[in-house]
Amino acid sequence: MAAERSDKWQGGLLGWIDARFPLSSMWNDHLAKYYAPKNFNFWYFFGSLALLVLVIQILTGIFLAMNYKPDAAKAFASVEYIMRDVDWGWLIRYMHSTGASAFFIVVYLHMFRGLMYGSFRKPRELIWIFGMFIYLALMAEAFFGYLLPWGQMSYWGAQVITSLFGAIPVVGDDLSLWIRGDYVISDATLNRFFAFHIIAVPLVLLVLVVVHLLALHEVGSNNPDGIEIKKNKDENGIPKDGIPFHPYYTVKDIVGVGVFLMFFSAVIFFVPDGGGYFLEKPNFEPANPLKTPEHIAPVWYFTPFYAMLRAVPSKFGGVLIMFGAIVILFFLPWLDRSPVKSIRYKGPLSKIALTLFVLSFGMLAYLGMNPPSPVRTLLAQIGTVIYFLFFLAMPIYSKMDSTKPVPERVTK
Amino acid sequence: MKRLLTLFLLVIPGLVWASEHAHLDQVNIDLTDKPSLQRGARLFVNYCLSCHSARYMRYNRMGRDLGLTDKQVIDNLMFAAEKVGEQMKVAMPADDAAKWFGAAPPDLTLEARLRGPDWIYTYLRTFYLDPSRPFGVNNLVFPSVGMPHVLWQLQGWQKPVYKTIEHAGHKEKVIEKLELVSPGQLSPAKYDAAVRDLVNFMTYMAEPIKLKRTALGVRVLIFLAVFTVLSYLMKKEYWKDVH
Repeated sequence: MAAERSDKWQGGLLGWIDARFPLSSMWNDHLAKYYAPKNFNFWYFFGSLALLVLVIQILTGIFLAMNYKPDAAKAFASVEYIMRDVDWGWLIRYMHSTGASAFFIVVYLHMFRGLMYGSFRKPRELIWIFGMFIYLALMAEAFFGYLLPWGQMSYWGAQVITSLFGAIPVVGDDLSLWIRGDYVISDATLNRFFAFHIIAVPLVLLVLVVVHLLALHEVGSNNPDGIEIKKNKDENGIPKDGIPFHPYYTVKDIVGVGVFLMFFSAVIFFVPDGGGYFLEKPNFEPANPLKTPEHIAPVWYFTPFYAMLRAVPSKFGGVLIMFGAIVILFFLPWLDRSPVKSIRYKGPLSKIALTLFVLSFGMLAYLGMNPPSPVRTLLAQIGTVIYFLFFLAMPIYSKMDSTKPVPERVTK
Repeated sequence: MKRLLTLFLLVIPGLVWASEHAHLDQVNIDLTDKPSLQRGARLFVNYCLSCHSARYMRYNRMGRDLGLTDKQVIDNLMFAAEKVGEQMKVAMPADDAAKWFGAAPPDLTLEARLRGPDWIYTYLRTFYLDPSRPFGVNNLVFPSVGMPHVLWQLQGWQKPVYKTIEHAGHKEKVIEKLELVSPGQLSPAKYDAAVRDLVNFMTYMAEPIKLKRTALGVRVLIFLAVFTVLSYLMKKEYWKDVH
């Protein structure tokens, strides 16, 4: 009797809400009746993990902002205050600093998945483009955030990057002055970077994530076979190879979350500086505008692009190449002319190209971390050429390449 | 290889090759060794804190973590502060310090994270007599350093022994090793042990939470392992009907 009444009350409440807000239909459209291919593999964990890391960054960021002081005279000390005097401050700060690197690891793997299985191909061009904007916003977010601890590497890293704008002809110097708000990185720069880091970019990021997911749910997810499950529907209009995202992929993604959190916690609790890659040693010294560090290198996730910048002898040329390396990613959906989407059914040319691309990206990342030498510069130039050839030659090799027959239905 | 090198350096104490990046002797850090941390704290407040600050570290926090009461801290370790909750600041004005030493002595709270314990351990043991320097000493890992050999009473004075090597076609005179010319209050082995205590303390100070962090980490990982196994079983249960 009591149970009956409470059911009625719940149904009544949901009905009341549904009449005023599309709660049930949103739940169904995006979770309970969103049909995802049943053959997702390991590589499909990283989308939901990226969302998890975004939530971690926002939550830890809120608590950091409660104790951090965006003031050139106080910033460094306030970070140490968080590390020492704020209850659990050290954990919150390590979660945030490790989260930054984790975000890039997860996003790079997510993008690699897209490259492998052709997730950017028609009709998913906009998903890819929104994703690229997310990547761009993420890089801006990381760049602004990296200045905030006000350590030596924070300071000089920002100094190097903002001075890059000075290489642009005619307006360059005025532009970098406008960005910094001063002739060098200073208190004014710290304040505006703080504003960008904690509100402007996160807002953009959140909107982009929503748009990315809306576009995905409109066309449906790709899968490792690169075939459209919507072509094979049963009598109810449900894809034969599709399963409801909830509960199947929610329970599966929870396993991914567990495994991810084990790696994440292992870093936070046992190697929070990530061996000097996540928290760089020179950043344990407060920013000193009068003392240039011996070797300035960006954090690991920017180093491939930094290596490309240094590979070009002219500064402006380097800046163009560096930004070009990101811009070219936006055009990917129109560069791949292969009749098949997934690497599984592509021929050797595409496989070799993707392998070379990954190797060159890894090599550039390594080179960008280390001081230049004649041999390293040559290697960086070779890596840059391979990086660009992967995209520029794609219309040719993807069309020439042999393909294997694509199955009608998804495989295991 | 690295171990072999360390062993080599331990067997022949004081033998350090001078090069652009000097080899560093490895120091045995043990943050659970409370007596060592306490001895290190005493050395730190007596020898370092007169010129260097540790402005992010509080006296009472140090006392709690090192197993000392507030009273013990106030009586034995606190010379330049009024209240036990204060940070370990230094009385010397930075501008004067810059005038006297060429550069203001840096804050040392995070030194062990900035340069690494091995660097500090080697640095404090490789001061040698060099009349060309303002304070009459130079250092193997920090050439032309502006700091005097503060621990000379304990270590004594060392003088360099040179040798000639062939480098890129021309002969070069380099320091082969350091030799104790006038002994201090401590024997070389005891001095090394004292510096180790000091570096141990500085490593603690650079990240006071480290011991608790790793202890908690073990528990977090155990929890997550159980969580992951259970969630995997749940996933398997749900996926039984997917064919």
